[in-house]
Parts: sequence; C-alpha cells; structure tokens
Amino acid sequence: MELICPAGTPAALRSAIEAGADAVYCGFNDETNARNFPGLNFSRDELRKGIAFAHDRGARILVAINTFPRASATALWQRAVDDAVEAGADALIVADIGLMDYVARRHPNQRLHVSVQAAAANPDVIAFYVETFRARRVVLPRVLSVVEIAEIIRETTCETEVFVFGGLCVMAEGRCSLSSYATGKSPNMQGVCSPASHVAYEETAQGTTSRLGGFTINRFAPQEAAGYPTLCKGRFSTALGDGYIFEDPVSLDATTLLRGLQSAGVAALKIEGRQRGRAYIESVVRHFRRALDTLEDGSEADIVSLKPFTEGQASTLGAYRKTWR
Amino acid sequence: MQLSLGPVLYNWAPERWRDFYFRIADEAPVDVVSVGEVVCSKRAPFFAEHLPDVIERLQQAGKQVLLGSLILVSLRRERRQIEELCASDNGLVEVNDLTCLRSIRGRPHAIGPYVNIYNETSAAFHVQQGATRICLPPELPLSSAAVIAAAVPQAVVEMFAFGRVPLAIAGRCYHARLHKLSKDNCRFVCEKDPDGLALKTLDQQDFLTINGVQSLSHACTNLIGDIAALREAGIGSLRLSPQDCDMVAVARTFRDVLDGRGSAEEASGRLAELYPGVAFANGFLRGQPGFSFAHA
Repeated sequence: MELICPAGTPAALRSAIEAGADAVYCGFNDETNARNFPGLNFSRDELRKGIAFAHDRGARILVAINTFPRASATALWQRAVDDAVEAGADALIVADIGLMDYVARRHPNQRLHVSVQAAAANPDVIAFYVETFRARRVVLPRVLSVVEIAEIIRETTCETEVFVFGGLCVMAEGRCSLSSYATGKSPNMQGVCSPASHVAYEETAQGTTSRLGGFTINRFAPQEAAGYPTLCKGRFSTALGDGYIFEDPVSLDATTLLRGLQSAGVAALKIEGRQRGRAYIESVVRHFRRALDTLEDGSEADIVSLKPFTEGQASTLGAYRKTWR
Repeated sequence: MQLSLGPVLYNWAPERWRDFYFRIADEAPVDVVSVGEVVCSKRAPFFAEHLPDVIERLQQAGKQVLLGSLILVSLRRERRQIEELCASDNGLVEVNDLTCLRSIRGRPHAIGPYVNIYNETSAAFHVQQGATRICLPPELPLSSAAVIAAAVPQAVVEMFAFGRVPLAIAGRCYHARLHKLSKDNCRFVCEKDPDGLALKTLDQQDFLTINGVQSLSHACTNLIGDIAALREAGIGSLRLSPQDCDMVAVARTFRDVLDGRGSAEEASGRLAELYPGVAFANGFLRGQPGFSFAHA
C-alpha cells in the first residue's frame, strides 16, 4: 500500500518525503484547494520545485484542486489544472464534476483522482467516474467500515485510497454546509471549515467558552484544555441531554487496522493534515512508514503512541469499525 | 415562476404522510411535488405502501411528480433502491446522489439540492447528461445562481425558498446516538420528532435540528421577500420544504406573492403565523452566514 502524506509548505513536503512518503499531496495557495488557510500552500514555482525534489527521490506529487469552482470564476480552477499538469503533477485530486470533465477533455492523459470531497461511497458512483472521466483512483469518504470498503473494492476496477490518520470529518465530506451556516464560509466554496477568522474565546470564572460565528460551540472548565471550535465536534444541548452530540473531539488513527485494509485491497493510505507543522508530518509519516514496512515483513506493527498529534489527545477508528451500527 | 414542494424529510407516520400528500394534491397551488424517502433507507418501506396512491393522486391533480433519490448511498440495499427508482416510469427521478447517474444519464431527470452544483460548467455537464430541472445547493449565493441559470436556459433552475435548510448528511444516526441505540436497532425513534429534534448551544440558543442521519438548520429559510431578485436572476422555481405546519397555507402565501396579490412584507408576517416560534433565514442568498436574515 502506498503512503500518501500531506504538505502545506515546501518544507513539509521535503520532510514527508524524507520520512518515507511514497507520495505527497498539496495545493495552490488560493481558493482552489480545501485547506485554504493563510500562509499555507504552494505558489506555482514552489510546486515545480517540490515536484522536482520528489521525482529525484522516487516520490510522487498529487495536486489537490478540490473545492467547487465559484460560478463565473471557473477559469481560475481550470488554470490551476493547466498549471499543475504543466508542472508535472503525478495526479490531480478533483471534486467538482465540471472540473473533472475539463481535466478529462483537456488533459486526457493526466491521472485523475476523485477527491474525498466528492463523497463517492459505492461501486456504482465510482464506476460512473471511471467510465465518464477515466478516474484512476477514488479517495473514499470516511463514512464506510472496513467490510464495506472491501465490498466496494471487490466490485470496482478503480484504485482506492483511504484516510488512516488525522482530523476526521463527521459528516459526508463535500456535503456539509454547517460551517457556512454559522460563518458564511464553507469547505466547498472557500476551502475552509469553522475558520479561525470567526472564532472567539471568552474567559470567565467558570472557564473558557469557545464560539464560532457567535454560536457557543463548547465550554471548558478552568482546568480543562480548550479545544478548537470545529462545529461538528462541539458540545451542544438537546432535550435528551447535553454533550458531544455529533462526535467527540477525537482524531482518526487506523494503525491497528492496516492489515485489514491491506486484505481489503486498498491501494493507498492517506494522512490528513496539510495545515499541520513539520513535527506532525515527520512523526506521523515515520510512524506509518514503519508500520507499513513491518506489515510487508509479515510481522505485527509495533503500535507507537501518536497521542501528542491527535485532537484532544484521543483517537478513534472512526467508521472503519462501526460500533454505532 | 413555478412552486415546488420538496420531499417530507422527517419520519412521519405513514398514514399522516399519505394524507399530507392527498391534501397537497387537492388544495396546494404548487406545480411540482417531489416524493419519496430521501434521508434514511430504513424508513422507505413504511411509505412504499402508500407511494403509488400518492403519486396517482398528485398526477391526477395536475402536479408534476418527482421521485426523490436517497441522499447518501452506500449499502447494497440502498444501491438496489436506486436501481429500482431509476428504472421506474412513475415520474421524473430527482437525483440526490450521483449514484443515480450511471443508470439515468441520457434520460430526462431532475437534480436535487444535495448534488454539488456550484458553477455553470457543472450545471452544463448535468444538463448534457439529461437534467431538465436543477434545485441548487441551499448554500449557493444568488450571484452564482444567476450565472448558472443564464448558462442553462433549457433547464428549470430552482432555489430552496422555505423550510429548515438541510446542512449535512452522515453515516451515523444522531437520533439513535442520542437515544443510546445502535443505527441497526434504532427502533425508528426519529418518529418522535415530526419536525426534527432541536439542538441548542450550551447557552440555550437555537442552532440546529437533528433528523436521523441528517442535520438541518433551526431557522426556517424564507425567500418570500426576495422573489423579485430571484426572478431577475432567472430562477424558474421555488422549493418549499415540508415542515410540521400548514404547508397548503404556506404554498398559498407564496403563490399570492408570485401572482402579485399582496406585499411580501405581509406575506412574511403570515408565514411567521403559520410556522410560529422559528426564526427566518436567508443569509446564504447574499453570501452571508446562512442563519442570518435580512429583509429585501
């Protein structure tokens, strides 16, 4: 299985490759990618250099152009596609159907991956992308169990890539407007979720209250660590009780499921976190490189704790083991 | 401009569901009605028994019937439901997940608000595949909707104009989770909340609504004051999404404004009486936070 690692900066790209990434995914520093954060992502020149660095070391670069183009501004996204192809990107990761159509027509030989933002969750829709746009790989949404992933792989000719570590979308990816409901900014349109520009913390004697777009997302006791107010991971109130109604503030860590994913026939494992620093990239990539290598050897992977890098220092197997089903 | 009624999103008792559509057929001044269980595949068998009668009654009343597809399709059972839906000739299929496209492309169909169409090239692609109606994603601003409507004049472009706005879909069922049940043994607890389960902030501020695997806004979309701007933008249809209130009266209120009877301001006041205690929202239309509301 290939190890696909995130990079938000040229330094992170180099770290990921040196730590053992088979491929690195990154995006341009504008609204064409789903991690459109200030100070993050690549200029055209940085991408060209990053691709050269990767290719010299036998690694590949996948370029994420995975937001949904703004009406009347689709040329910006099409230019991102053209520039990534020209720079020598090994694959483009795309979510918008109009943009996939553009890639398939304009750059028929360019390798196309269906972004997780397209939420392709079954063999029929994957077949649609393969037949219509010659998609070569699909990044599966994080709503599926390992058993369901194995079933999909049995019925498709398309390579599959799954997330194994990092921040976890609770809702089907690319189909969530919670962030724009509270802030006006959404993953699909602006490439941001629960943006920092709309976050506020208020300190009182009772503790810290975190808000997003004016809505209270969580409240922490004085000794409790105040986490970032990602909307779907907040504490809320209902007639049936208060708490983390959608999901606890945890990160995905599928280290213990690698063998099952391999048996299922997964082609590539993906680490989330283009917004994370070099320390995260280095440690997480090294961890999974070692785990994959031991898996290839036939010995069991030694499970090193990745706790310092998980959200709220807690991890989950997410939907891969559907304890809630 | 057309008025359309979206599918009932909540788990209503089957007889109530049937009677609701019978009354819509007999009394509501809507042109198009989308029917079918789109939120949860487990609920679908309850309505299946009444669906043929409902479709027949609506068609006899001169309504165009759309058959809504499931929003999130992953299980084998769900894929089979999609296959059967796409094979049916009872009405125009409303595609809520691209899974439908493999079997329906090349034949006329509608695109529902759960398909990501944010720009004119995606809209043109879908029209090329056979889409004759497109209900745009609710978070889309009017500026984008206008560009899309101009790009696909052959299709009816619709906007979500009344009702709690669908914001997210998940694999996990939040009704089951809240009732400490598993999804497979959920006992259909979502039926206890025919207008959804209120989710408030810890400060007891109204925020969201839980409907099984779906999350909606607390606030109710209300574009009745924006009708002139919507017309100007080339929008051909307004979608009313059923809430637990008198939807016939809601439809009449919209129809009155569309036909130039009475002011939008009075009509908005009337909607507040018909669906009391729920704030209005139209922020998405202006590219503002979705919960916000501004009078035109």
